[in-house]
This record gives sequence, structure tokens and C-alpha cells, in this order.
Amino acid sequence: MDSTRKEWLLNALIAVALFVVPLWALMANEPFIITLATRIAILAIAAVGLNIALGLGGMVSFGHALYLGLGGYVAGIAAHHAFNGTPIFAGIPGTNQMLIIWAIAMVLSGALAAVVGALSLRTSGIFFIMITLAFAQMGFFFTLSWPAYGGEDGLPIFVRNQFPGMNTARPWDLFLIAYGVLIFSLAVFALLRAARFGAALMAIRQNPDRAAAIGISPFGIKLVGFILSGMITGLAGAMMADLTRFVSPAMMAWTMSGELIVIIILGGVGRLFGPVVGAALLVGFEVFFGGLTEHWKLWLGLVLLGVVLFARGGLIGLIAGRAQHG
Amino acid sequence: MSALLELEDLQVFYGASQALFGVSLHVSEGEAVALMGRNGMGKSTTIATACRMLPLRAGKVRFAGQDISSWPSFRAARLGLGLVPEGRRCFPNLTVRENLIAAARPGYWDMARVHALLPRLEERENQLAATLSGGEQQMLAIGRALMTNPRLLLLDEATEGLAPVIRREIWAAITKLKAEGLSILLVDKTLSEILPFADRCVILERGAVAWQGAPTEFTREVEDAYLSV
Repeated sequence: MDSTRKEWLLNALIAVALFVVPLWALMANEPFIITLATRIAILAIAAVGLNIALGLGGMVSFGHALYLGLGGYVAGIAAHHAFNGTPIFAGIPGTNQMLIIWAIAMVLSGALAAVVGALSLRTSGIFFIMITLAFAQMGFFFTLSWPAYGGEDGLPIFVRNQFPGMNTARPWDLFLIAYGVLIFSLAVFALLRAARFGAALMAIRQNPDRAAAIGISPFGIKLVGFILSGMITGLAGAMMADLTRFVSPAMMAWTMSGELIVIIILGGVGRLFGPVVGAALLVGFEVFFGGLTEHWKLWLGLVLLGVVLFARGGLIGLIAGRAQHG
Repeated sequence: MSALLELEDLQVFYGASQALFGVSLHVSEGEAVALMGRNGMGKSTTIATACRMLPLRAGKVRFAGQDISSWPSFRAARLGLGLVPEGRRCFPNLTVRENLIAAARPGYWDMARVHALLPRLEERENQLAATLSGGEQQMLAIGRALMTNPRLLLLDEATEGLAPVIRREIWAAITKLKAEGLSILLVDKTLSEILPFADRCVILERGAVAWQGAPTEFTREVEDAYLSV
């Protein structure tokens, strides 16, 4: 079997497993497992976003927690005002509708990514990494010192936001929503990668001068990729806040940006299902080894080291073979 | 015939060393011009400068009536300068299809037409460019340039180092492109292939134009003076 078919088969298996395991948990009355699967799905959505920038465009953003946190605060602030019945500002009311919150989170994350991208994409390599980190740290310290919305204590969401036709208070319903959005975001990633846009982004990553010689504007395409990337991660942030019913500056911390990169490296950089596998590994490690030892991150670090040294394509690459894409 | 590409008194430097000492030449609409000369005489530099990949110290590059001297290369490519670079330079970790669609711009040339001209690219569609033979990579570089829908195709040593059978295939494709009316500026060393093909020859010597004329005016003396090693 060639590696492309093998990867599609593997992807299908992962997609089915991520659905079947919580379904089993539903029947076995194990809501904790369903919540874990939801957490995996949402982290995977955030990493799918980063995978556009990092996997396709080679933009090592060390500040994607900024968009995750922004999405989280959009959900938190909207819910806070909807709960209190107070306007957010200038008479604009809060809302507890997920679809509206997601749209706002994506628009604001996209706008912020446009500003961050426009400034940071003028650099490359270590400077790009540092500038994206700096912007995320600015967001982190801003929220830390923002007493109106909890400052360093964070902001609780007392009643989970609503989704039409679903009871979001039930773990299974929330999982279905997260799973649906994950499949949708994976489809967006696959379509982008197969389109001219994805090919151009991968071409720039391989050689920007060569790409420019065939009419691709390196800055323009990368900026669009960066904005799309930020939007999807922002959407995940809004969902994450609803899952934990809490948002705090920790969502914007540099360790969160690092976790998103770790997820992608573990799963496979630029691979469609890399973020799903990486998120499952990260959450799996946290739960199973976290129960055994508080130093579980040491073991995760060793696995990461092993992947970087011996399996550059991540777990997907290890099983399905070399990527048939950039 | 109006001039499509006009290079006027190009002065180009690599750091402190000067590579072009006032090169001037033009390519008219529908014309095929061969750029010739010994190694290191400035042929590739001239091509790269025309495509705006090298900065100008002095001189002008005009294309399709516009002064593009200060343009970035991606804008020049969008205006219609289709480069097939020396040494092929595909995107090695992209598939053949991805190499082609990355360059795609609307116009006459699309995937189907490129496949019809260069059928091997269709056979190898899902292969990574790095796994192609040298000749196939060269075809990919030509296909990729065509996908940009160029008004002028610039071929830098398109058949260098390839097996005779592949060279014939590539020359056949280039000849077909010329017959369809595409303007061409090409760098090559093989006189037996250039002379029947080109409408005009330009010879560079130490970064300046030393001779130009029709292939019929090309004599043994010209060859001895500027091309023989």
C-alpha cells in the first residue's frame, strides 16, 4: 500500500476511534472520558489552526496562545455580560450563543493575527519566533492586569453557552459539537492544502525566492495563512473556555503556545491528522502519567525527544511513512 | 514588431564585483532570442536581472511597456515574465501537481494544456519533484513557468546536462511553444540546436553585448571570437 493510502486509512481509523471511545464512555456512564475526548478535540482544533502556519507555511509561531486566549476571553466576557444582563460596552449586550461567540472570536483573532503577522512576517527564523512570543506575552500581561474580567484570578462562566438543538450541559452533546467542529476544521485544512493557496504556502516554505520567481508574493500568502491560522485557534479558544467554564491569563501563557507546537511535532508537522494524534498523546500523558507522578512532563519530554530524533514525521509519519506533500 | 522586453544599459554587481557592464538588448513580441556566450560572461545574470531577482546599480528593465526596474520578482512574474531557472530548481518536497498549481494564474495555460505538451508530468503527477529524473524536473520547471501564463518565457540552460533523448523532447516542446507565438529568451550553448531555432542571437562577452544578429549572419569567425574555449 502506498503511503498516501496508508495515511488516509490511518486518518479514518483515528477519526472513528475519537468518536467510538466517548460513545462507549456514554454507554458505560463514564462522563470523565467524554470530557477528555472533548478536550482532545478542542486542543486538536487549536493545533489544526497552528498547523496551517507551522505545517504548511513553516511559520514557527511561538505565540498562538494569544489567539486561543483571545477566543477564550470572547466566550468568557460574552457569557459574563449575558449572565449579569449588563452591556459589554456602548449598549452592546453579552450573549450566551456559541455560534455568535465563535464568529466574534474568529473575526477578532483574525484581526489580531493580521496585525501580529503584518509586523512579524517581515522577519524570519528566531526573530519571528521571538516577536510572536512577545505579542502573546503582551496579551498575557494585559489580561493579568485587567481587573474588570478577573485579572490573574480569571473569569468563570457560570452557565455554559448554548448551541441550537443541543444541551451543552451534557458532556456528550458538548463532545458532538467539538467533534463536528474538529472534522470541519480538518476539512478546511485539507481543502486549503490541496488548493493553489496551500501549494503556494508550501512552496514559500521551501524556497521563498523561487516562489517569488513564479509570481507568488511570499509576504501576502504567508499573511493570509497566518490570519486563517489565528482564526481557527481563536475558535478553539472560545470552545475551550466553554469546556472548562473558565478563562484565565494562563490560556495566553507561553507554555500554552509551546504545548500547541509540541502537539504538532508529536503528531506530525503538516500532516492532516497530526494535531489530533498529538492532542490525544498530550492529554493521554497528562491523565495517565499525571496520575502516577507529578513529573509526567519529564516523560512527555523524553517522547518528544524521541520523535524529534527518530521520527521527524511524528507519529503519523512513523506509521504512514513520509509525507506526500510539502 | 514592438519590443516586449527591453534591457537598457544594465549595470549589475555581486557585492563589489561587477557582472554586467551595460547590457542592452530587447525581445520583440513573438520573437525567439538566444543569449550566448562562454561561461561566466553574464548570461544567467542578465536573465535573473530581467526577472528582477537581482538589484540594478544602473540601467532599466522595461516589460510590456512598463518600467519594472524597481519591482520585486513576484510582480514581474505576474506581469508575464516566466522563468525556467538554471539547474531546474523545482520545489523538491512538493508533488508534481503541487509544483504546477502553486504557479497557476488564469489564462491559456492550465493543467490540461501543460499535460498535453509534456505528458510525462501527468504520469508523474503525484510524485514528489525530488524523485523525478533530471529531464523530468526540467520539464516540470518548464510546465511550472507556463502555468504562470507568461508573455515571455526565459529559459536558462534548459537542456544542460540532459540525455540526448530528453533534450530532443524538450527542444520539441520549446519549438512548439515558439510556433504558438510565445516570445522566448533562452540561454543555451548548443549551436546545432540554437541556430535553427532562434530568430536572433545575442552574444555576451565579459558582461556586455559583443555581437548580435540573425542566425544566418552567424559565421565561423564569430564563433571563434566569442564562443570557442
